[in-house]
Amino acid sequence: MKQTRRTFLRTTLAASSVAIAVGAGLITPRNVLAAWPKNAFDAKTMDEAMTGIAGSTTAAASNDITVEAPDIAENGAVVSVTIKTTIANVEQMSVLVPKNTNPLCASYILTGNVDSFVTCRIKMRETSDVVAVIKAGGKLFSAKKPVKVTLGGCGG
Amino acid sequence: MANKPMKIKAWIEEGTTNVAGVKVIVFHDMESGLRKDKATGQVVPAHYITEVACEHNGKNVMTCLWGPAVSKNPFLSFRVKNAKKGDTIKLSWVDNKGEKEIGESTVE
Repeated sequence: MKQTRRTFLRTTLAASSVAIAVGAGLITPRNVLAAWPKNAFDAKTMDEAMTGIAGSTTAAASNDITVEAPDIAENGAVVSVTIKTTIANVEQMSVLVPKNTNPLCASYILTGNVDSFVTCRIKMRETSDVVAVIKAGGKLFSAKKPVKVTLGGCGG
Repeated sequence: MANKPMKIKAWIEEGTTNVAGVKVIVFHDMESGLRKDKATGQVVPAHYITEVACEHNGKNVMTCLWGPAVSKNPFLSFRVKNAKKGDTIKLSWVDNKGEKEIGESTVE
């Protein structure tokens, strides 16, 4: 069939609107992805992970941070961890497990519009401390809780 | 790819008038890249969510940076200040393969 000018216009217009939609959808994740600190998540030691995510290896132990986790985790693949704090101006909260292959599990960048409260589930390879590192007003604070793991969650 | 769409639930916390609790489950394998397939002995390639952006009425309130050590089908819970009924909570995630999903819910 010979393509008329009308059908040509119709198909090209349809195609370009799809492309615009795809482009718009990509903007957010792309911007977001650039901030992901690969070196911090790839770090094999606690010090490297701390430097990568928080910029320093020293964090003051604080009683104002609560780390809620089970005393004994039967399944290391799913360990529910809650971090909350009464410290003001919290900018970032990170969860680390020193004995995991890669200690850094998750990090949360907070704004003033959320409470300093986060719950998530993490994997633990073996019995270890769960360390919360909190950045507030440019300073680092930490707290930890030991969790006994009876069945590891990383590797098979 | 995620099997099921993510689930988001948001509601005004009991005992407060303007704090919304948000609970989210994303259906994702979260392969760490360390696990071996028992049948073939091959290492299963890493496939995990790296970032989750949480928005309240179109404004970013929290960004989660996740590594492979976050559990399969990740659960996330947080609290949004200055919220009221009918507000929108939007979450979008992207994983290390560039796959992504956006989910939205309203505060009950």
